[in-house]
Amino acid sequence: MSAALPSSPHVHGPLAVSKVMHQVNLALLPALVAYTWLFGWGVAFNLLIAAGVALASEALVLKLRGRPVAETLADGSALVTALLLAIALPPLAPWWLTTVGVAFAIILAKQLYGGLGYNPFNPAMVGYVVLLISFPLEMTSWLAPSALGEGSLSFAGAASYVFTGALPGAAGLDSLTMATPLDTMKTRIGLEHTVGEIMASPVFGKLAGNGWEVVNGLILVGGIYLLLRRTISWHVPVAMLGSLFLAAGLFHLIDPDHYADPLFHLFSGGAMLGAFFIATDPVSGATSNRGRLWFGAGVGVTTYVIRTWGGYPDGIAFSVLLMNMAAPTIDYYTQPRVFGHKRG
Amino acid sequence: MTRKLWHFPGGLHLPDNKALSNGRPSAVAAVPERLIIPLQQHIGAPAKPLVSVGEKVLKGQKLARPEGYVSAPVHASSSGTVVAIEDHPVPHPSGLSAPCIIIETDGEDRWTELTPHPDYQQLDSSELRNIIREAGIVGLGGAGFPAFIKLNPGSRTAVDALIINGAECEPYITCDDMLMRERADEVIDGVRIMRHALQAKQCLIGIEDNKPEALAAIRDALERLGEKSIEVVEVPTRYPTGGEKQLIKVLTGKEVPSQGLPIDIGIVCHNVATAASVHHAVERGEPLISRLVTISGHGAAEPQNLEVRVGTPIASLLEQAGGVKAVHYKLVMGGPMMGFELQDAKLPVIKTTNCLLLASAEDMPQRGPVRSCIRCGECAKVCPALLLPQQLYWYARARDFDKAQDYNLFDCIECGCCAYVCPSNLPLVQYYRFAKTEIWAQEREKRASDKARERHEFRVFRQEREKEERAARHKAKAKAVQGNGDEDAKKAAIQAAMERAKAKREAAGSEPKNTENLTEAQQKQIDEAEERRKASQQADAQEHAKED
Repeated sequence: MSAALPSSPHVHGPLAVSKVMHQVNLALLPALVAYTWLFGWGVAFNLLIAAGVALASEALVLKLRGRPVAETLADGSALVTALLLAIALPPLAPWWLTTVGVAFAIILAKQLYGGLGYNPFNPAMVGYVVLLISFPLEMTSWLAPSALGEGSLSFAGAASYVFTGALPGAAGLDSLTMATPLDTMKTRIGLEHTVGEIMASPVFGKLAGNGWEVVNGLILVGGIYLLLRRTISWHVPVAMLGSLFLAAGLFHLIDPDHYADPLFHLFSGGAMLGAFFIATDPVSGATSNRGRLWFGAGVGVTTYVIRTWGGYPDGIAFSVLLMNMAAPTIDYYTQPRVFGHKRG
Repeated sequence: MTRKLWHFPGGLHLPDNKALSNGRPSAVAAVPERLIIPLQQHIGAPAKPLVSVGEKVLKGQKLARPEGYVSAPVHASSSGTVVAIEDHPVPHPSGLSAPCIIIETDGEDRWTELTPHPDYQQLDSSELRNIIREAGIVGLGGAGFPAFIKLNPGSRTAVDALIINGAECEPYITCDDMLMRERADEVIDGVRIMRHALQAKQCLIGIEDNKPEALAAIRDALERLGEKSIEVVEVPTRYPTGGEKQLIKVLTGKEVPSQGLPIDIGIVCHNVATAASVHHAVERGEPLISRLVTISGHGAAEPQNLEVRVGTPIASLLEQAGGVKAVHYKLVMGGPMMGFELQDAKLPVIKTTNCLLLASAEDMPQRGPVRSCIRCGECAKVCPALLLPQQLYWYARARDFDKAQDYNLFDCIECGCCAYVCPSNLPLVQYYRFAKTEIWAQEREKRASDKARERHEFRVFRQEREKEERAARHKAKAKAVQGNGDEDAKKAAIQAAMERAKAKREAAGSEPKNTENLTEAQQKQIDEAEERRKASQQADAQEHAKED
């Protein structure tokens, strides 16, 4: 397709993929800072390792594929994957866990399909699910937020654990970690505790998990920023959070003792991240506006089903991947009416 | 006089850069030494030359006559001598050469005898159409569709509205703007004539609100002429409002059906410059031999509008317009969104040349790297046809043309909005043009192979029949020789003749006649007819796609 004289249009607007990706990274920043602040230095190590591994593995595969390395890395998409996966990892993770997840995401889920634009699945979620299934213990050992004050970890302590697996003193990892709020909710409901009793425990704050609700709130802020900048459209977040809210609300109304309230669901786990940063991934999602509504609603409902009746406390990653599979079909059946065609 | 306006979907606010060229009054370009007049400056079949090399011609003299219905004549735009009728590079996206009549001008610029019709109301619709056709008037907005055809609604429907397109939505171009400012009376007179020919119930002139002077001039002229039945409508500036379908939607809220024409919903749309040339043709008897051309871009030393004779080499025109000031520039005919780049300035100005853009790096900066499509959907947001350009791109690239048509590829008007906003810098429109051309080529091939198959089947059938007939004759002869009497032989002969006739009748129903054993001349004639038919089909398709 290389014509001697390029065809029209001869002018181009200011949009660029790299600008889009930088906006996404920027929007994640407040939540990342808060996550590190609340959950300790381990988060910072996760971020640095993820970013380094993502750029290195992307560069390696691009070189092997004979693609321009520097130009492609500049699109910023590898960094987005790295940050999204890092923010989904437990706050204290051994270096190899982060490395395996990110390398799998970039090399297998993205580059082997052809790189940016060709991956049918969201790379960060593929990496996350691979880790969750392969290393369930490491993936569910969550540091308690420092606000709960059960001996937070120093910079050196975190570094020592991340890189050598050893914790300072004789402390075992168990003494520092706890179940996530979603996990707690799920287990205790299974033990016939009521939602009200569970929410009264110190793990929980006003809306959801103590500390967690702040991180989720800042992700929401970042998401609203992306909406205002028109980097993402409102369709996916509204459909996803709306359907999650409605599903949770319905069951909460029926039986408030056994089903957590909808706001708990919105501010727990990966709900906000999924709604604004994961399910909005244009590459692996549906592409028309109507399709995005269906896509988002699918993620929301599936998430609620997995959280409530499934085997995992959170279901964002699985829901997104399941809906990724459905995206081409959704696209086919949600084509907008074309100008000059009859309605309906 | 506020009128309810509608919106067309998508579209863009573009930096219009019109102030570059509309600051000074338009001037008349000088007669060049040589005029290069292409035989095809319109959609449809090329015109057929009426003059020969060495012949003296006068200004306004018809040089070539239209060939078939969808075609237009061309005229000499100054007096002089025909020095050649040969292939010459012409302004066309393909960059190919085409037959042109080349005239060496004598500097006298002497008119041929003209037949003015000062009172158009004395003329009926068909007489007007004939004058307009003979004057070689084509849509001057860009597509170049013969204007008389769009003044002939036929028996299909009464014309509800005549819409005059003064939107001029492409950046940089100001020739319609200047025309309306400086010659509003001519435009309005042309509109009245067209309206008379169409017997249209209402008449609207749509002008974008970034042209307040043109709006004022047209309103002024309407008032001065006491014309109350033509309404000027100020429409919001938004690219591509000047697209026929988009302007109709904005003004009437109606959508031209897919693959249809405005007349299907009782609307006819013409450009303001076409209206002015209709005025010249009828009231003064002057054929279309010149037009206003915008010369603009930061590469042009003195951007301006010039009244240019058709056939004027672009190089000589640029010289008159102060030359080129940029070291590196692109020469684009048309606007930056839908125009096409020309390989050099030897090419002539033709009837559809509305703008020559000397684009420096300031106008068309180097683009960023081309990346993969991330399906962000920005293209779908701006698509005025409500298509999903990202899906069309995907299928065009994969050469999955059936799917591309499922996603309504042929509703694309190639306005370029999608490619303008694409964050991956993809040349999207180029992909759609590629897919359309491939599909057309496939259809042509399919038609050709269908025809070949039919011919083959008929040949086999005929050979079979001849064999049977021969056998019957032999049999009859043998019987006659045996002396079984004339009676039986006669019967057999009659029977054979009846069978032949029956077979012929059956064959005639579906098979083309006289397609075997053609002479070379006959075959050539058939091929030419076929070419014309294809050209006119393509022309129709393109006419739908472009703004007029």
